[in-house]
Amino acid sequence: MIETLKERVNADAALVRRGRYLTTTFLLEIGETAWLISIVEGRIVSVSRGPFVMPSSSFALRAPAAEWEKFFLRSPPPGSNDLMAMVRRRVLKTEGDLQVFMAHLRYFKEALAKLRPQGGVA
Amino acid sequence: MSATFEPIIGRYMHLDLFGRPHRLYVEEAGQGVPLLCLHTAGSDGRQYRALMNDPRITVRHRMIAFDMPWHGKSSPPSGWHNEEYQLTSAQYTTMVLEVMTALELDKPILIGCSIGGRIALHLALEHPERFRAIIGLQSGAHIDPYYDLNFLHRPDVHGGEVCAAIVSGLVGPDAPERDRWETLWHYMQGGPGVFKGDLYFYKIDGDIRGRVADIDTRRCPLFLLSGEYDYSCTPEETLAVARSIGGCEVTIMKGLGHFPMSENPDEFLKYLLPVLEKIGA
Repeated sequence: MIETLKERVNADAALVRRGRYLTTTFLLEIGETAWLISIVEGRIVSVSRGPFVMPSSSFALRAPAAEWEKFFLRSPPPGSNDLMAMVRRRVLKTEGDLQVFMAHLRYFKEALAKLRPQGGVA
Repeated sequence: MSATFEPIIGRYMHLDLFGRPHRLYVEEAGQGVPLLCLHTAGSDGRQYRALMNDPRITVRHRMIAFDMPWHGKSSPPSGWHNEEYQLTSAQYTTMVLEVMTALELDKPILIGCSIGGRIALHLALEHPERFRAIIGLQSGAHIDPYYDLNFLHRPDVHGGEVCAAIVSGLVGPDAPERDRWETLWHYMQGGPGVFKGDLYFYKIDGDIRGRVADIDTRRCPLFLLSGEYDYSCTPEETLAVARSIGGCEVTIMKGLGHFPMSENPDEFLKYLLPVLEKIGA
């Protein structure tokens, strides 16, 4: 499912436009599974599945698989409806150069919400 | 298409606060029992726009919403450019009482959300005789910081963008798109460091956990309404406050988030109108 992030984000012209000053690679960990996601000027150019030997990324988002499953529901329950809600419950760990993440927080929230069944709310 | 006007009237009030002159923007609508409205951190009185346009409230209430200094159309005090804005419990309490005195509000009903819901608890404890009733929205006794607040005010992160992005998930999932984004727009318009300065009160200075049980609802009725999707002040935190105060009435509002009056006014009114009825305006 994570592989679909590229086409889903890139198909949203407004989201790509808002990300036009964002070029980075970040690490997304869903339980034991790691993904490296590369973004160039708002467009996702690659989504690679680990394991990796020496992954380089600006920052990492890490949460248990069960937590991401709730976040990816069409109508997530309270506490799982938003990345910051998961941060608040201390289940989503954010590590690395978080300036990139925070400067583009709306982009990352809306991009990851694309992995919900289509029509979900960011 | 012809122009229409809302019944809300705005004025600028000059008032000394904390020993300094301030220019405050004050909106009013309706007639009757005064109903003083306090906005959330980093936003302004526009959060009450729908309520101030709703005759079910304004027919019997004089609604007043002022923008706190540094917020909305209120100015920061002269000299602000060399200061770090930090809201304290003492300042916030003084501000509310001074505005009431200036507007000659006799025992208003107070409604406040988030930081407004927190100061509502302080006022219920320390100044119950000044109010007919107090309604706390998203009221908690204390919130631990759960992200690095410094990101709210630094030159390499756009303040308006990050403030709105921080709070966007606090809007409930059923909020109409127009009201969701109007609510977030207010956050995008906040001055640099203002949201962060408000959170100094919310997350550090305004901790009332040790005293909240001393609130006496016989001196001033207290109603707490909190949205189900609020992860800043969670329903559990509001319920904990309510459980510790005898006579406090509490309702968790299904589907709503942290900004009920602004994000989804129609749903919120289903909860607020019965409370106003009970207060007996």
